[in-house]
Amino acid sequence: MNNAIIWVIIIPLLGSLLSIIWSRFASFIAISCNLLALAASISIVAQVHQSGPLTHQLGSWQAGLGITLRADALSSILLLMSMLVISAVTFYASAYFSDPIKRARFWPLWLMLVVALNALLMSGDLFNLYVTLELLGLSAVGLTALSDNRAALQAAIRYLSIGLLGSLVFLAGVALIYTGHGTLDLVELSTRVEADPLSQVAFGLMTAGLLIKSALFPLHFWLPSAHASAPAPVSAALSALVVKVAVYILIRLWIDIFDLTLTPLSGMLLGILGAIAVIWGSWQALQAERLKLMAAYSTVAQIGYLFIFLPIIIALPKGPAQDAAFTALLLMAITHGFAKSAFFLSAGVIQQFCGHDRIAELGGTARALPLTTFVIALSGVALIGLPPSGSFIGKWQLISGSLQTGQGWWVVVIAIGSALATAYVFRILGHAFGPGEGVSKVLNWGRQEIPALILAIIATLILGLGSAGLWDFVSQHSAFLGS
Amino acid sequence: MISQQLLYSLAGIGLFGIGLRATLLHQMLLARLLALNVCGAGVFLIFIAVAYGGLEQLVDPVPHALVLTGIVVAVSATAMALALGRRLQELNDE
Repeated sequence: MNNAIIWVIIIPLLGSLLSIIWSRFASFIAISCNLLALAASISIVAQVHQSGPLTHQLGSWQAGLGITLRADALSSILLLMSMLVISAVTFYASAYFSDPIKRARFWPLWLMLVVALNALLMSGDLFNLYVTLELLGLSAVGLTALSDNRAALQAAIRYLSIGLLGSLVFLAGVALIYTGHGTLDLVELSTRVEADPLSQVAFGLMTAGLLIKSALFPLHFWLPSAHASAPAPVSAALSALVVKVAVYILIRLWIDIFDLTLTPLSGMLLGILGAIAVIWGSWQALQAERLKLMAAYSTVAQIGYLFIFLPIIIALPKGPAQDAAFTALLLMAITHGFAKSAFFLSAGVIQQFCGHDRIAELGGTARALPLTTFVIALSGVALIGLPPSGSFIGKWQLISGSLQTGQGWWVVVIAIGSALATAYVFRILGHAFGPGEGVSKVLNWGRQEIPALILAIIATLILGLGSAGLWDFVSQHSAFLGS
Repeated sequence: MISQQLLYSLAGIGLFGIGLRATLLHQMLLARLLALNVCGAGVFLIFIAVAYGGLEQLVDPVPHALVLTGIVVAVSATAMALALGRRLQELNDE
């Protein structure tokens, strides 16, 4: 039964419409729709595990005319990750908004964001990727503007215009691909594309558009303001998922389709930009005065790590070594998704409790909100890359890969990045454990603290200790389309 | 003689370049939005030129469908940016 692919898109879409009509029951609708979509995504992963990639032709139109939906190892794992994060954040958000007007505006946009994310991950052709990327951008901008203050609106407008520019550049690349090859289907392209000049220009345009969307240094400038000024549940999804799916498309293009044009030189260039992003983002995070701004800069740094993998994957010989590096990349991305969303949710709890999120004035937080402080420490473990978190294994593979391929200089970057991450995490904890008022306000934060705790535990314990399962899954069903 | 298809493609690329340059240069929201729309029109023109295969052949329908979708996306994104700009203006006036 291939229908699970449709359900992960249709259920949230239906929920989005229903939550406009029955705005009083919107929280209930959103929670139940997300749980249903989560169940569908689990069934997709199980089916892909059993019988390999799934495809579905919408309305039974042939590929080329109709829309092809496709799920393979890479996209189904990311789908499961995004649905788990989305479900936890949905529970959190159902208790977050006190203003009924904001709450009524939040749910339709939120469910539309879920639709866009899932449709993007299940897309089987380049044009559909463009449409879902735009849909994702528009709903993300709407959610950012929900804060309705000047800073948030300015950030939203910047986010929108830069996002539009990125997707238009991507679309120009798509047009060139269609000119050269007469198809937009990813699987067909993976067999047809060669290193001819037209494909290379198209490839360059699409990469440039996606680099804007994935906020790689020096195109990250729009990210900190947008992610820091959005409401906490929105920031969690933006940092954990929205940026990540742009990287997903980039990986699809680089590794699946343009296998032949994947020149060492451009891979090295992206690796160097990634390295600068790691150091610069971590340094800015250390300087940041506000908790959410710090988390946003930390996202810039963590995205950088993903790009360092590229020159290493290119240099490694095809086979198990390359697969291991690829799985490590996936593991880093997933771990960051869980850890950063847990971090943003906790930052939101602190912001609501203290009325601000200035790091220097966090004294007493550890006593007033012990669970939330614990969550921040746990997700900090994953951000630094300490064992047993998933990012420890990811960084381990990154270091061993760079030594194997004789690119030892990346180790220095990783060491500096990890040291800076340790510094910024302990800076928060130091202030949180410091003296200050804020004792014994007994409040029920259960619906907000527990989801964050679950996300942080997945990032630090489950992904680290259970990563062997992910390894088997990806190596069994080679994530690559062509091979 | 230069073929029609090539002429339209080059015009599309030219429009895309003009729009891109203006988007990067201008800070004002309205100018930037107009530039983005010019940029988009350029991309759509490339798609349309690709669809044309000569007088004897039928036109390839796929790029036309893509352009239609693209126009819908561009219109909604422009409307959203304008709405955000107006709200920001209101907040600034208060």
